[in-house]
Amino acid sequence: MDMEIALILGQDGITNGAIYALLALALVLVFAVTRVIFIQQGEFVAYGALTLAMMQGGTVPATVWLLLVMGVLVTALDGSAALRAGQVRRAAAVAGWNLVYPLALLAVLAGLPVNELPLAVQVLLTLGVVVPLGPMMYRLMYQPIASAPVLILLIVSVALHITMVGLGLLFFGAEGQRTPAFSDASFDLGPLMISGQTLWVLAVSSLLIVALYQFFERTLYGKALRATAINRVGARLMGISPTLAGKLTFFLAAFIGALSGVLIAPITTIYYDTGFLIALKGFVAAIIGGLASYPVAALGALIVGLLEAFASFWASAYKEVIVFTLIIPVLLWRSLNSRHVEEEE
Amino acid sequence: MKLRNTLLAAIGLAFAATAAHAELKVGVVLSATGPAASLGIPEKNSIALLPTTIGGESVSYIVLDDASDTTTAVKNARKLVDEEKVDVIIGSTTSPASLAMIDVAAETQTPMISMAASARIVSPMDDKKRWIFKTPQNDLQMASAIIAHMTANKVKKVSFIGFANAYGEGWYEQFKKQADAQGIEIAANERFNPADTSVTGQALKLMSAKPDAIFIAGSGTPAALPQKALRERGYKGPIYQTHGVANNDFLRICGKDCEGTLLPVGPLQMARSLPDSNPVKASALVYVEKYEAAHGEGSISSFGGYAWDAGVLLQAAVPTALKAAKPGTPEFRAELRNALEGVKEAAGATGIYTMSAEDHLGLDERSRVMIEIRNGEWSLLK
Repeated sequence: MDMEIALILGQDGITNGAIYALLALALVLVFAVTRVIFIQQGEFVAYGALTLAMMQGGTVPATVWLLLVMGVLVTALDGSAALRAGQVRRAAAVAGWNLVYPLALLAVLAGLPVNELPLAVQVLLTLGVVVPLGPMMYRLMYQPIASAPVLILLIVSVALHITMVGLGLLFFGAEGQRTPAFSDASFDLGPLMISGQTLWVLAVSSLLIVALYQFFERTLYGKALRATAINRVGARLMGISPTLAGKLTFFLAAFIGALSGVLIAPITTIYYDTGFLIALKGFVAAIIGGLASYPVAALGALIVGLLEAFASFWASAYKEVIVFTLIIPVLLWRSLNSRHVEEEE
Repeated sequence: MKLRNTLLAAIGLAFAATAAHAELKVGVVLSATGPAASLGIPEKNSIALLPTTIGGESVSYIVLDDASDTTTAVKNARKLVDEEKVDVIIGSTTSPASLAMIDVAAETQTPMISMAASARIVSPMDDKKRWIFKTPQNDLQMASAIIAHMTANKVKKVSFIGFANAYGEGWYEQFKKQADAQGIEIAANERFNPADTSVTGQALKLMSAKPDAIFIAGSGTPAALPQKALRERGYKGPIYQTHGVANNDFLRICGKDCEGTLLPVGPLQMARSLPDSNPVKASALVYVEKYEAAHGEGSISSFGGYAWDAGVLLQAAVPTALKAAKPGTPEFRAELRNALEGVKEAAGATGIYTMSAEDHLGLDERSRVMIEIRNGEWSLLK
């Protein structure tokens, strides 16, 4: 191994690490605010990538039907509750977001020649289809059991993960997809050849991390989420709605997932079940951060990415083993170094 | 996944119930869902094209999905034998599942025709495997085609990268044995996972060995990943792939990075462009026309051909067995096994089958051709 190979591996590791970092941040966020272990994170990655690929293939992405079905369910639940309470305006708002919006999106996707639109518009439409699935999922599956023990929330997550993988096979078929790169540019930096897509991944992830930081530090909603994460009951007493916090968290997590998918679809082939393994590596990073610390989780993600790249050079047959074994010393170190707190039930 | 299995089982049962009066019962286990679905779906489509009468006896096919899962495959095989009382089993799609089903077939003395590639399914021959037959070429036949091409093109040093599973290991074993015999050096030996999102590390390792050619042993679209990584890193030499990539999805995913890729395939893939002198052309075209009439132009894949050829073997063997016994009896199953073993020069879509007590595959070098990807299409090497 010489310097050149080390540099190329380093670049590869950092690119993958950037995606793992985004997913790790989302996992930490969701767990901190709602105590849900967000196993479905990976499916949002796959849904994002494959929805974009379907649009580019000139078909109406099947995910929009899922959006519509979930929208109808949410409208039926929330709209009828609002009507019974006599809040007509609220019922109208619920129907607007959950019924009219998916229908409008469907009309746009079916009516316009989507595969001829510029890539940026396609990406926006993809996010427009996939991201609202997050808050709707929270409303339908998690909100009714928001105060259940972590274990039950985890079981629901596993069920949703399996359901989403199954639906993914139905929507997108068994075969993988690749989308064209955002830019075909490539730059020579000494021995390194850096592709435009790599720069896109790095730029978007750093931008998103900075934006998330600003969101949590500067905005009221961000502070509300942080307050909920620190003390759920206390935040509620201060008038922060746990429902709103949950929906917002899932919105962010779905956004991060779908965006990651869109970013990596030109780099690798995405299958309906690819997301799980990617998210699992994000999960290893999140564990390194103790499912609590954002900076440590992001750092962990970079370590996972680099470890993966170098392991694939030295011992390719054991790459996965090496990456996932990392979790054992980390857990050991964590359990020796931190005070054990029983979860209050 | 559980729900999916249950549903499919229910569909399978419904299908079985309507066909309860047929005489000869053929049980089929295949992977219509799960990771091997892109292999299992054309197989399922091909089963639907098989004849409904053989030798004057009506035939019913009972198809169960194993979701690419070994345990489910065994469960399905047992269900077919115990509950449906099938006379013969066709299946399964993948090698691990087929290997696991051998015990069921042997124990219940039911002949079984596998659609999976591994040579270990029918060799070494023993008391259990005498009930087992298979239709796809062995890695051995395919590897020998690659080695022959390498020797002819003066390739002396090869870097190898394969799936980190039975497929990659099996190929490495076969390839190394034959490469050693021909004096071809294997300079690097790497592995990758079908689900990997990056193989840059392996690609660098392969290239740093400075090989004359690189051989990628993977199947389906995941095998495009190392090839793309190699081309991206500036590797210009020849790349060999296995027949496991011979479907159109591979071309779609790999795009221009796959120009010039060399691989061995069954003649079926190239049926239309084969010279008329090729002995498999006529029998392969029968299948191609039938399949494309039902599923559209260019929908053909070699995997469907394996299922079709299981039917070809049955059509060759069942009439003989019918003379000696009635379907639904243990005697008939034993006769059918003997008849399958006696099949001579049966022309299928994959090749010409001539079975013997020792060889339950029965294919020879007529069962493969070398091809190249040229202008985004498969084209025959002269």
